Amino acid sequence: MHQLYTWVFEPGFFASAPVRTAVVIGGVAAVVSAVVGVFTVLRGQSFAGHALGDVSAAGGSGALLIGVTPLPGFIGLGIIGSGAMELIGIRRVRGRDLATGIVLGAAIGLTALFLYLDTSASATTGATQQILFGSIFTITSSLTIIIAFSVLAVGAIAVIWRPLLLATVSPDIAAARGVPVRLVGLAYMLALAVAVALSSLTVGAILSTALLIGPAATALHLTRRMGRALILACVTGVAATWAGILLAYDSYDWGSSHQGLPVSFFIVAVIFAAFLLTGLPARRAAARPRPASAPAAAPEEACSRAS
Amino acid sequence: MPGMTEQTRTSAPAADVLDVAGVSVSLSGRQILDDVSFSVGAGQFTGLIGPNGAGKTTLLRVILGLQRTSAGTVTVAAQPRSRRNPSIGYVPQKILLDPDMPMRARDLVALGIDGHRFGVPVRSRARREAVAAMLHAVDADRFADARVGLLSGGEQQRVMIAQALVSQPRLLLLDEPLANLDIRSGQEVVSLLARIAAEQQVAVLLSAHEMNPLMPVMDRVVYLAGGRAVSGPTDQVIRTDVLSSLYGYHVDVLNVHGRVLVVAGPGGDGHGDEAAFAAPPAREAG
Repeated sequence: MHQLYTWVFEPGFFASAPVRTAVVIGGVAAVVSAVVGVFTVLRGQSFAGHALGDVSAAGGSGALLIGVTPLPGFIGLGIIGSGAMELIGIRRVRGRDLATGIVLGAAIGLTALFLYLDTSASATTGATQQILFGSIFTITSSLTIIIAFSVLAVGAIAVIWRPLLLATVSPDIAAARGVPVRLVGLAYMLALAVAVALSSLTVGAILSTALLIGPAATALHLTRRMGRALILACVTGVAATWAGILLAYDSYDWGSSHQGLPVSFFIVAVIFAAFLLTGLPARRAAARPRPASAPAAAPEEACSRAS
Repeated sequence: MPGMTEQTRTSAPAADVLDVAGVSVSLSGRQILDDVSFSVGAGQFTGLIGPNGAGKTTLLRVILGLQRTSAGTVTVAAQPRSRRNPSIGYVPQKILLDPDMPMRARDLVALGIDGHRFGVPVRSRARREAVAAMLHAVDADRFADARVGLLSGGEQQRVMIAQALVSQPRLLLLDEPLANLDIRSGQEVVSLLARIAAEQQVAVLLSAHEMNPLMPVMDRVVYLAGGRAVSGPTDQVIRTDVLSSLYGYHVDVLNVHGRVLVVAGPGGDGHGDEAAFAAPPAREAG
């Protein structure tokens, strides 16, 4: 029994301060990402989420350049980017897509510049790895600030929950019921920026989409109720993060070279596996004949026959 | 629906639920609606009929307070129009619910009660019972717990109607609810709406580009063409002289085995029904 225990939890796992920090911050980031991510998936804004990751990367690498921790950069530029995307392209889905793509391109360009300067000028050699792929074991940002932003983001989603859901079902119905649809959309985008910033801190800006979308998509495989989807997404995200941390810690002892493997890889791998596994029964259900909805040609046909 | 029929809404004696007076709308210099006037009374089933591009959706958006007018007034249940008018229930055009949407039919109907409110939903027995009663009223008990995105077009339409009616509005607006339905589902939705209009004394205003499915239940018609409207009892509007004068060229209203056909006359280009309907070279706005 003890052998099994030490095989799963390599000695020193719980005593290690970096591990404890990683467990707390990783868990918090996973919860925020899951809560926001369920709406991101439903609103079909995965691409916007990914673009915000790239914007955050520019912010984080810029922050390193001026000698502060990446978090203010991640959050600051993420909020500016999300506001810009919402304001440029809110009207049409296509417009939103374009706005997102343009912001994304500009952000990656900036990231390339900042990271080059980080690594060449200021000798922050790990910058590229840290910003793009995360550094959950070496987070220097204040835990208080991280928690404060998390509470803010989750609180915002709780407040706009029903109007956001109604606007996701139909912006027209929401508007007719007096919901300030644009304001609600903006509040959601700000929460999204915070979620992406926190994920960037843990799994990196590039991989933040995985933590945002993966657990939410997994949960949507499993339930037809919104509240449960939210809880399942949180559980999946936190479990994947913690499992990833554990695997990364243990991986130090897997080979003879004592080379630990990156935690971001393990977190994303666990999420991906969860998504695939939960998708199997859903896929089988989808293959069953569904109640027939009218094919696209039906209205004309109905017209000509009836008239 | 049970429990709601006793609650008669005739306290405002015979007043029109909806009164549209002289409404004009221009969008980027183009006249979409031109001096449109009509009214709808409680319990009446009114068809808003017209070809694509006639301005049906724009007119509904005006009534909902989502579209500015350049002239005219709209009164709903004796209140000037505004957003968030609890007297209006609304089923928009082309609702496509995502199959992934983690929502049962009853969750969607519940949004009709308090979906506009901020904060997390509070469960209550009254709320649950109102939703169940409404689902029963639209014959949706069978799929009340199914994922909405997986329901058929007709079933989704019923759920959307329940969503719109659960807050007990006095006016129900539906934008092309039959557009994506097969004939039988369309007939079911129409007879359901007629029953609800009569039972709950709700004024129903339903837009459609094809009037025949509505003929058996339609009390009145508002016929829109080229931004102008005529309204009245169906047999007084759907006539060759009335519609010809509305279209501005000769159309024939033919009665074929009890079904009505509006075709461009000899002066038109002779392509029949759809040619007449396609005549105003405008795309529907909004």
